Amino acid sequence: MARIAGIDLPRDRRIEIALTYIYGIGRPTAARLLSTAGVNPDTRTKDLKDDEIQRLREQIERNLKVEGDLRREVSTAIKRLMDIGCYRGLRHRRGLPVRGQRTKTNARVRKGPKKTVAGKKKAKGPGGK
Amino acid sequence: MARSSKKGAFVAEHLLVKIERMNAAREKRVVKTWSRSSTIVPPMVGHTIAVHDGRKHVPVYVQENMVGHKLGEFAPTRLFRGHGGGDKAAIK
Repeated sequence: MARIAGIDLPRDRRIEIALTYIYGIGRPTAARLLSTAGVNPDTRTKDLKDDEIQRLREQIERNLKVEGDLRREVSTAIKRLMDIGCYRGLRHRRGLPVRGQRTKTNARVRKGPKKTVAGKKKAKGPGGK
Repeated sequence: MARSSKKGAFVAEHLLVKIERMNAAREKRVVKTWSRSSTIVPPMVGHTIAVHDGRKHVPVYVQENMVGHKLGEFAPTRLFRGHGGGDKAAIK
């Protein structure tokens, strides 16, 4: 029944891991939150005391931008890049890697599942040096 | 690593001088430049700067939210016409 930052409540996990189910909180942030709130990272979510949950909630509210707000911030930042027509914006528009990675191979996260293009047949037999 | 803020943003001197002169004279003219690495600074807002892309000068109308980017980011150096032969591929 731990409901922090909106809609998140994974029950049987250690709170250190459970917190990472919130968008915007990863392992390092979770660890930091728990130590400042003085909660043992090994307790399961369902075993948390109400005041512990309350402390975590306060910590997050006060220091972090998570879930909807964060998603909005990210998407407006990307939208800005696309609107001003800079190189990074163009890459976002095309769905290609933005930070200069190679695209000859890999880059599958950005480009999505592999789309095979019919290629040239390999030269075979004599004369095909 | 980011540039030391002590130095401020890099802007090619010759470009900055031209812009300032135009601002002082309150005129607007397209300025050609090869300095793709110059940062866009507030005085440039509203001007059109033609940035070299290696072949020609691409006119870039500078808007307020471009400040902080480099001029070169707005003049792509590569032209990708699409793969595949024959039929109509290229989307631009």
